[in-house]
Amino acid sequence: MQQEAKMPVEYDYSIAKLFLYSMLIFGFIGMLIGVVLALQLAFPSLNYLAGEYSIFGRLRPLHTNGVIYGFTLSGIWAAWYYLGQRVLKITYYQHPFLKFIGLLHFWTYIALLVLAVISLFAGFTQSKEYAELIWPLDLLVVVVWVLWGISMFGSMGVRREQTIYISLWYFIATFTAIAVLYIFNNLAIPTYFIAQTGSIWHSISMYAGSNDAMVQWWWGHNAVAFVFTSGIIGIIYYFLPKESGQPIFSYKLTLFSFWSLMFVYIWAGGHHLIFSTVPDWIQTLASVFSVILILPSWGTAINMLLTMRGQWYQLKESPLIKFLVLASTFYMLATLEGSIQSIKSVNALAHFTDWIIGHVHDGVLGWVGFTIIAASYHMIPRIFKKEIYSKKIIEMQFWIMTIGIVLYFSSMWIAGITQGMMWRDVDMYGNLTYQFIDTVTKLHPYYVIRGVGGLMYLVGFIMFIYNVLMSIIASKPLQREPNYATPMAA
Amino acid sequence: MFSWLEKNPFFFTIAFLLVFSVAGIVEVLPDFTKSARPIEGLRPYSVLETAGKQVYIKEGCYACHSQLIRPFQAEVDRYGAYSLSGEYAYDRPFLWGSKRTGPDLHRVGDSRSTDWHSNHMWDPESVVPGSIMPAYKHLYKKNADFETAYAEAFTQKQVFNVPYDIEDGIKLGNMDEARKIYIQEAAQIVEDMKNADVKAAFEKGEVQEIVALIAYLNSLGQGRIAK
Repeated sequence: MQQEAKMPVEYDYSIAKLFLYSMLIFGFIGMLIGVVLALQLAFPSLNYLAGEYSIFGRLRPLHTNGVIYGFTLSGIWAAWYYLGQRVLKITYYQHPFLKFIGLLHFWTYIALLVLAVISLFAGFTQSKEYAELIWPLDLLVVVVWVLWGISMFGSMGVRREQTIYISLWYFIATFTAIAVLYIFNNLAIPTYFIAQTGSIWHSISMYAGSNDAMVQWWWGHNAVAFVFTSGIIGIIYYFLPKESGQPIFSYKLTLFSFWSLMFVYIWAGGHHLIFSTVPDWIQTLASVFSVILILPSWGTAINMLLTMRGQWYQLKESPLIKFLVLASTFYMLATLEGSIQSIKSVNALAHFTDWIIGHVHDGVLGWVGFTIIAASYHMIPRIFKKEIYSKKIIEMQFWIMTIGIVLYFSSMWIAGITQGMMWRDVDMYGNLTYQFIDTVTKLHPYYVIRGVGGLMYLVGFIMFIYNVLMSIIASKPLQREPNYATPMAA
Repeated sequence: MFSWLEKNPFFFTIAFLLVFSVAGIVEVLPDFTKSARPIEGLRPYSVLETAGKQVYIKEGCYACHSQLIRPFQAEVDRYGAYSLSGEYAYDRPFLWGSKRTGPDLHRVGDSRSTDWHSNHMWDPESVVPGSIMPAYKHLYKKNADFETAYAEAFTQKQVFNVPYDIEDGIKLGNMDEARKIYIQEAAQIVEDMKNADVKAAFEKGEVQEIVALIAYLNSLGQGRIAK
């Protein structure tokens, strides 16, 4: 018993390491393709970099899948395999089964990603956004997900800390919600098994038309909710207090924002269908709940920002705090923007335009990207027992990326609103003022600016990769684990 | 209660599921059967059109073109009558898209000709100066996938009771019959095209992807609703 009660001396980071590497690789690939896509819209001849395999329509799902499932999920899982042991007070050294599951989880996931890249390049797709993978790969997704579930609930089963830390609430939410949504949205019938002819990879959705759209956006919007939001909130709830040495501002606010986010978010999915053919009452409900969604979202962000109360000097001293605080700020911006876009009259203008693209990237570049980057920088010295190679690179990276995001969203706001206004513009006789093509050529300068913004973000990410690799290879070893602020060379 | 939940991951997960499921039950379920109903006279896609739809999906056309005309004067003026739920009853998956980099296509069959599409896909700028759409020349070289399209149509009929082979409707038949109709429909499209390679391939009994895609695009609009 005495032995049992002792804290584990050493955590096992082997799985966290693997996910960190895949986060770097798929982050780079996903963002690189993103930059190519952005530039293709400004300079269409770039569509032919690699014949049919590099045309916008083929690359676009690769970009979204790469960033959502390659970069973000790797980041979330790196964090899980790092902080899971810590907040549950276990170590995989003592639980070989959990370690085995973790490794299996990682390698199945990598196999899935490789197959996803190949199949999407080849044009195998279900065409549902963020659920493009063909049915056999969908089954593999389920396997990967179940393995994560075994890892997570298995770890909780053997935990030595009675209370489940907040980060894990959010991870449980991510796990459960995505499981439900993914399965329902991907229910499909492989046509080969019915007709005994044609491609074995082809399937058709269980739902048709408006129903399919409902299920798709119930999924599509909530992939954002439970990967980009709850997964990332899980990360920041651990790393911000750790890095700053400050306790979370308010437990009550945490409770409120968690449970209300879980309740409200799903209702909002229908805002993708405003002015579509789904019934008005659904559109209205979706619109109203999207506005309400501000409360839990800002609840979390404010909880993060107030955690720093009285400690704002840390912003100046620690670039990681800068990343985390700006991430929370971008979260506030993106959620406010989303709510505004869900108001019917605004949606009429914004839907189908680049403003929506801008909104998504506020969230992904600012909130998701910055949180994962800061979390990685925090983990690396503790995992590799080396200090961060260069603080200066982090500072530079921070500013280059931030300027990149600003260029990105400002150009997309202007482009989207311009296009929306031009689409609806009529002359004094009530005739449409513009041909569609006028609304396309008008956007060229904004597409160029967006391309530059995206490129800056990518450059920042490359600096991040370099800094991480140099920390592992060439940095000063640490004698003991730092408690709070991550040690870094000037 | 919350502090108890935080010590019991199992019940925590159950509690989460309860809170999370409400919206789906309220929003998605009640309208399900109603939304699945086709409008009067809607005909399913022919096998050639289905093959074209598969090309449309493969090339990611939906990433830049919506197929959903919203009920605004400007959209109706620009694209045609606004979209109705029942028009999509045979669309698996739905193809509304989420971004308009190019115009809406829900009624493109009413306003564009085969020849126009053929030129447009070969070199978009030849018909729309300033277009940023890529060319799709590879569609003029590859054969459309008849078998998979037939399998899709067959599944629609078999599993979802989509009305093929009804009186005055679209005929599906067995594979040989279907192939015959497929070739006949393709012949009409090829005739209206100027591309020599496509014509030469068709002489050899091959139907190129571009032919199927154009058949699909032509079907988008009033043409699918029986008078």
